[in-house]
Amino acid sequence: MELDTGATAWMLTSASLVLLMTPGLALFYGGMVRGKSVLNMMMMSFGAIAVTGVIYVLWGWSMSYGADIGGILGNPFDQFALQGAIYDEAGEFLIDDFGVPAIVGVGFQATFAIITVALISGAIADRVKFGTWMVFVALWVTFAYFPMAHMVWGGGLLSGDGPFVIGDAAPIDFAGGTVVHINAGAAALVLALVVGKRKGFGTEPMRPHNLTLVMLGAALLWFGWFGFNGGSAFTADGFAGLAWVNTTAATAAAVLGWLVVEKLRDGSATSLGAASGIVAGLVAITPAAGSVSPLGSLAIGVIAGGLSAWAVGLKFKLGFDDSLDVVGIHLVAGLWGTVSIGLLATETGLLYGGGINQLAVQAIIAVVAIAFAAIVTYVLAIILKAVMGWRVSEEVEVNGIDLAVHGESAYEGLQSGSVIKEVRA
Amino acid sequence: MKLVTGVIQPHRLDDVKSALEAAGIRGMTVSEASGYGRQKGHTEVYRGAEYTVDLVPKVRIEVLVGDADAPSVVDVVVNAAQTGKIGDGKVWTVPVDDVARVRTGEHGDAAL
Repeated sequence: MELDTGATAWMLTSASLVLLMTPGLALFYGGMVRGKSVLNMMMMSFGAIAVTGVIYVLWGWSMSYGADIGGILGNPFDQFALQGAIYDEAGEFLIDDFGVPAIVGVGFQATFAIITVALISGAIADRVKFGTWMVFVALWVTFAYFPMAHMVWGGGLLSGDGPFVIGDAAPIDFAGGTVVHINAGAAALVLALVVGKRKGFGTEPMRPHNLTLVMLGAALLWFGWFGFNGGSAFTADGFAGLAWVNTTAATAAAVLGWLVVEKLRDGSATSLGAASGIVAGLVAITPAAGSVSPLGSLAIGVIAGGLSAWAVGLKFKLGFDDSLDVVGIHLVAGLWGTVSIGLLATETGLLYGGGINQLAVQAIIAVVAIAFAAIVTYVLAIILKAVMGWRVSEEVEVNGIDLAVHGESAYEGLQSGSVIKEVRA
Repeated sequence: MKLVTGVIQPHRLDDVKSALEAAGIRGMTVSEASGYGRQKGHTEVYRGAEYTVDLVPKVRIEVLVGDADAPSVVDVVVNAAQTGKIGDGKVWTVPVDDVARVRTGEHGDAAL
């Protein structure tokens, strides 16, 4: 295959856009917590970038796209440290079917692993040990993310090469409804249950401390998502353009869906609602962006916004502290987006005369993804609970985790002090 | 000497400041304050979770004046800060033993 410089440029751009999503997520989540724990919240995202970035080049790529083991995962030693993943035998760069060097694909895929595990942190805001989180990131990407990526995108069980193909309907997950959002959302639910509630959950007000950060974060997520979905075309073509427009259409509609539900239920159309609607719409269109029409995208978006606006109330009814609504947004909108393909895919969807097969396939892969993510996360979470412990002390939680855990405070109040020591090189 | 302290609606600050300047008062200290009186707090909704916010933002102004000026300064503040609605705040005076100007070391009325 000849090198396609246009496609390569777009894929490098997309990878960079997707990497920007995780700092964007840090702002989105950071603004939503209380001021005393904003640094910890943001550090959970930046920590995810650091840990996953290292692991991905060592065994992440190989476990996702290396030699298949039982349709579940790639062999971590097959392309360990990317050996054999960059050059061919003649020493030339390996080029994929779209004319893009394989190493560019490695970068693109690494950014997906990073954002996925970072998403989970919102469920356990304000209360967990940073060390436990960092170890969790390493274990979770290894045992949950890479296998799921392999199963769906690496030719495994949940791909078109797997057993869940009914007639002409093969599983469709364009950019990560199962791999990213159901995976992270199910993990968030399990982790919120194992870690337990914040002190004062449901009785003390826990107001977002800076909604302007939240809106900036949502804007960066939206911007980055053009790489996420547009880049999932793997080349610069009409398919990427369709994904771009579908992404925007669904997201815009989701904002309206969320705001209407809020206005009717709570009396106000809020900025937090708009920011949340953006994310719900982006999540829902992620698996579908390549297989539905812009009109279908509007339907997916408006329903995603309304559905998630309703679903964020479930934690109070059911009594689990998914602090920043990872379940209500990523699991719920991720499920809807994955299943919506069965209705709205222009080639195989039920509403386009494609029969029930695609809907059945999508429901099956969604259920398998939930079960897999929940079981793996539960095992990791209880092991970490026993070995390292999840929670900081109640005193630290009440006083704010930033100072106790990171030795810093985000905002300067009235202060007086002196230099104890300077670090000299 | 008296210390006149007012806790007022934040949006009345500029009018109070102008009125005091017009009355010949040449300085004041302003700080942000929170509190509640007969004015109730308000409710805020975040992703459907409704919270009451009991402490209302206020501005506290402090002015040092001579004994003779105190009643008129209180009236100036009251008139400029008044909207007629619950939550307009309060103004009070307390006696002050001594005042010193840091720059010159002057004491008493000379330091005002």
